[in-house]
This record gives sequence, structure tokens and C-alpha cells, in this order.
Amino acid sequence: MDFLVFQVPMLTIQALLDGLLLGILFALIAYGMALQWGVMNIINIAQGDLVILGGYIAYFMYLYGIHPGWGVIVSPIIMYFVGIGIYKLVINKVVDRDLFISILATFGISILFMQLMNFAFGADVVLANSGYGTTMLFDNSVTLPNSKIFSAVISIIFAIGLVIYMKRSKLGRAIRATAQNARAAKILGVDTEKVYAATFGINAALCGVAGALISITFTIHPYMGLPYTIRSFMIVIVAGLGNLPGVAVSGMGLGIFEEFADYILGTEFRIGSVFLLLVLILVYRRFKLSRKREYLK
Amino acid sequence: MKIKNILITFFSAIAILFSTSVISLAKVVGDKIVLGAAISLTGKYSSNGVHTQNGYNMAVDRINSMGGVKVGGKTYKFDIIYYDDESNPKRAAQLAERLISQDGVEFMLGPYSSGLTKAIAPVTEKYGVPMVEANGASRSLFTKGYKYLFAVLAPANLYLDVAIETAVELNGGKGVKIAQAFEQDAFSQDVRLGILDAAERTGSEIVIDDKLPKELNDMAATLAKVKAVKPDVLVVSGHTKGALTAIRQIAEMKVDVPMLAMTHCDAAKLSKQHGKNSEYALCASQWHKTLTYKDDFFKDGMTYAADFEKEFGYDPPYQSAESSAALLVFKDAFERANSFDQKKVRDALAATNMQTFYGNIKFAPGGQNVDKPMVLFQVMCDDAGKCENKVVAPLKWASAELIHPIPKWSER
Repeated sequence: MDFLVFQVPMLTIQALLDGLLLGILFALIAYGMALQWGVMNIINIAQGDLVILGGYIAYFMYLYGIHPGWGVIVSPIIMYFVGIGIYKLVINKVVDRDLFISILATFGISILFMQLMNFAFGADVVLANSGYGTTMLFDNSVTLPNSKIFSAVISIIFAIGLVIYMKRSKLGRAIRATAQNARAAKILGVDTEKVYAATFGINAALCGVAGALISITFTIHPYMGLPYTIRSFMIVIVAGLGNLPGVAVSGMGLGIFEEFADYILGTEFRIGSVFLLLVLILVYRRFKLSRKREYLK
Repeated sequence: MKIKNILITFFSAIAILFSTSVISLAKVVGDKIVLGAAISLTGKYSSNGVHTQNGYNMAVDRINSMGGVKVGGKTYKFDIIYYDDESNPKRAAQLAERLISQDGVEFMLGPYSSGLTKAIAPVTEKYGVPMVEANGASRSLFTKGYKYLFAVLAPANLYLDVAIETAVELNGGKGVKIAQAFEQDAFSQDVRLGILDAAERTGSEIVIDDKLPKELNDMAATLAKVKAVKPDVLVVSGHTKGALTAIRQIAEMKVDVPMLAMTHCDAAKLSKQHGKNSEYALCASQWHKTLTYKDDFFKDGMTYAADFEKEFGYDPPYQSAESSAALLVFKDAFERANSFDQKKVRDALAATNMQTFYGNIKFAPGGQNVDKPMVLFQVMCDDAGKCENKVVAPLKWASAELIHPIPKWSER
């Protein structure tokens, strides 16, 4: 245990801001997962791999001399079609099946993507330099990389844009209707097949944005997808299914929690503490649920 | 009809018998000495796996074209059977079994990485197959009492030893404050043990001791602590990912530290990926092309680098150089043993005492090479932003003077 983070006030602020910025980025990935989970009842294990693929798109733009910041526009467009492709090839065959089947299918896609990316891009760890510089606060004692701020701002823009799109557009309404009751939506003339494909495409596009941001702020590597899948899974579980505003809050909360756990318990327990939190939340949920059931009796 | 079936069965049985007997004779066939190697050609180690394979191939071609290996008055040529271990320890161990018991290989070359070498070593040991490896530096490989394992490289705990000693020396012999962050894998933790030893020896104090998770992507917390505590030396080891993440975040967070020492800089192509931000980083390396060791096959480091680049199109990382050295060691041992008896070759390997372009090679009883110090280079950039790795320690090979302390970010 180390309480240095509370003894130095600047460290506390640094940890809070770092956690917040990190959490917003994770929330964006979780957003896509929550959407697709809610609409299609599919837990996408390949979520993290879609993120990494999106990151590679930004990285290759950077290699060819285009500023990787533009990746947040190019990458989602390409990834949208990748998503539709995956849906047409695999997901449409498992979409109304058991949850287990879809987990298996997306797990397979995840392995395939990892190996293909390794084959195509090599096993080197790479990154794209944005050259955005640093924002310094409180006489240089708190530093925030502008790339992280950029990531958070872009994430927020996309998240808000998505919410508005879901509320206002025809497709958005169709998606929400399908999520509520697919059969009823179908009867009322919604082409659910098209809705599913679009949902998967939107999810992949969000992953593309997140990937481009990650290539600017962190590093990418063909086998680095799984932590992003796990984090977003956790965020969705904590928020509760179908609770999109909750995803944003739980994403930020988890980011801050992680950062503080890192300072207090040590970096090695960072991920462990997040898992511990997940277990506690699940136990608490179960406890609450069992009380409700008794009440119903 | 029946007779025909019986005949077919009979002949195929003979054919199978014949083919297996040919395979099991594979160790030394005609004028060929067949070595076996499981290499990571796919999976997460594939880039370093390819460096390793290129190093092996380069040495095989060179030794074969310069007369081969002379044993018992006859000249033999090297040949290698490769299998792809998919960067997976279990697969590597299976392949080692297969190489030895099916393909009949009697001498092995090592895979890439400490983890995979650890998986293969018990197998080669069980069958008494001498293995010269060039890419497994973890200290635990050399404390298990393996008799048939020989490593041409210096063990992991010596990687950054020199950096601490240099820091103490520059501090007028007084102990320094060390902040360290290491990934939780066999190799990096061994590097950490080396630092702990060095700290104790020099009376230095460890002020931050972070263990980085495998899925490490963010070191912001560690670096914020470094900013608050202000150590004299920051040591980071977490393979290429650790090196890249550290440099990116140190530059972004403007962390000022007088000395920054790390591993895997050349594998991470630090100076290429980060340019001027990586300037002044000190990196541990097994080899550098400017070292002045010599041998008859590759002449010296510079010639090796030039030849390697001509053949494979890139500057050789130390992983390739040490892999090439492994074959020179085998050749030397075969000729001194003057036999293909595994025990005799093993004893000859144990008695190795030679110089190669890569460095002096002499094995301790544990199998590690004790005659070759690590070198430290520092990333130095010119005004145009072109960065180069220059050897700064040990002083004997220094091609540039160490820049210490690292200038503050506000002055860069």
C-alpha cells in the first residue's frame, strides 16, 4: 500500500484527470459493445481486434505521411464496411441463436483477425505520432498529453453524435425498435436483417475511431486486442445492459478507479483490482436480484 | 486381386520402413550435419524469430562456403531443419520432441526468447542433445543444472548492471536513487534482480519499484510518481512495447530524469519510431556492430553488418548477430571434439574459449556466456533529427561520450 497519491495533491489531480481521459476512451469502445449486445444479443469477443485493426488504418495513414488525426474519419468509414462484411459472412448465421454460439463465433473471428493482422502487418509494436504536444497545468506539475485530450474530445463527439442519430434518424429508430422487440419490429415492417447489419457496422466504426485514437495515444500490436474487449465487457456489465448513459459513467468511473488502484496497490494490481470490482458488482447485483425475486413470491 | 493387395501392402510397408529409417539417420547424413531448430515464424515473436533465423542461415552459408566443418579428416556442411513454433512454448516443446525422436536430430539450436528456451531445455536435456542457444537470457535457465544447454549471450541480470554502476560513478561513488518499472515476465524480472544486486552493491536506494502488467499500455501512473519523487536513474524493461510506451509518455509528460536506462531499444526501432523524443535514452545491448571483436568467418562487426544488410536488406539487430555466433560455436566444438558423439561434443562445448565477431565466448558451468560484457548505447540525434545508437559503455568500445545528465525538457 502506498498513499503517495494522496500526500501530493498534484498527483491526486493527475490521477483523476488521467483516469478520466482514459475512461472516456474506453467508454467509446464499450458503447459499441453495449449497442450491439442490446440490439443483437451478441457479445463480441472480437471487439478489441476491431479496435486494433482501426488503429492500423491510422498507423498506415501516418506511414504514408497523412496526419494520423485524420484516422478518426477514415478509419470508421473503412471499419463500417469491414463490420458489414463480417456480419454478412458470419454473424447473420448466429444472430438469433444461443448466446454461447455467438461468443464462439466471435472468438473465432478474433483469432482469425489476430493472425491475419500479424501476417499482414508483422508482429512489431507500432504507434503513430500526432505531435500534439502537452498541456501543462499548475506550473508543470500536472501534465496532460494533448493526444489524450484529443482522444477524449473525439470520443465524446462520436458518443453524442450516436445518441442523436439513434433518437432522430429513421435507422436509429429502427435499431431501437429492434432492440426492444425484434419480432414486433419485424411485423411492423422493420427490415431487421438490415438493422442488424447496420448495428454491427456502426459498432465496427466506433471501434475504428477508438483504434485510431489508441494508435495516437498508446501503442498497437496484432495481439493487443483482448484487454480492450475485457475492459469494454466490464464497463457494459457494470453499467447494466441497455443503459447507454450508464456506459459513459461507468467507463469514466472505471478509468479513475484503475488509475487510483495503480497508485495505491501498485501497477501489478491494476487489472486485478478491476476484476475484483467486477466480481463485487456481480455479487451485489445477484444479491439485489434475489431479494426482488423473494418479493415477487 | 488378393495377391495384388498383399503386394501393395507389402511394398508400402517396406517403403514406410525405408523412409523412417532414412529420417532417423538424419543427424549426420553423407556430408551434412543436420541441426534442428524450432523458431517463431508466426505469432507474437515472429519478427525476432525471423531475425534469429536469418542469423542462423547467414552463418550456415558462410561456414559452408568457407570449407565447412572438419571432423575425422572429412569435411561436413551444416544444414538446419526448421519448424515454426508459433511463439507458443507448448508447441516449441512438442517440436523439440519431434526433431529429436522423429527427425533424429542430435544437435539443436535455440528458439527465440527465454520463455521458449525454457520450454525446450528440459526436452533436449532428457535426450542428452547439446543445444547452443542465442536468444534466451533469463537467469533461471542457468540455475537448473542443465548440462546440455549453452548460451552465447550474457544472462538477463547483467543487462542494466553497467548503467547503475555508471550512474554511481558519475555521482562520485555515492549511491543513487533508482526508480524502476519492469514487466512481469521471466526476462524483465531477471533484469530487475540484476538491478537489485547492483543497488545493494553500490549502496543505492530503490525509490519506486513498479511491476508492469503484460497488457501494459499506459505507464502514466509510474511516470507521475517519478516526477514527484525525482530519482537519479529511471530503469524500464518491458520488451519493445515497454520501450515504446515509456519514451512516448516520458516525452508527453515531460518527465525530467538525469538517466534513463532501458532494454529492447533496437528491437523497438526507438530512434526510428520516436525520433528526437528518444534522444539520450541508454540501452542495453548484447552486441553492437562497432565493437572490435574479430573472427575468421565474418571478420568483424562492421563487415558482418554490411554482409547481412546485403543479404537481407536491413541492419542486423543483436538477435541476428548472436544467432550467427551460435553456429560458430558449434563448428568450433565439433572440430575440437573430432567426433559426432553427443557426450564428446557436449564436453567440447563446455570447454569453449574463443573469440567471434560477436564477442568472446566461454561458458560457465551453468551454460551462460561469462566472457562477454553487455554494452550500453545511447540514442544521439543530430540537428536534422537523424538519430543513431552510439556505444558509450564499457569505455573500451565507446564511440561517443555519455551525455549525462539528460537535459531538461524545458531546455530541449
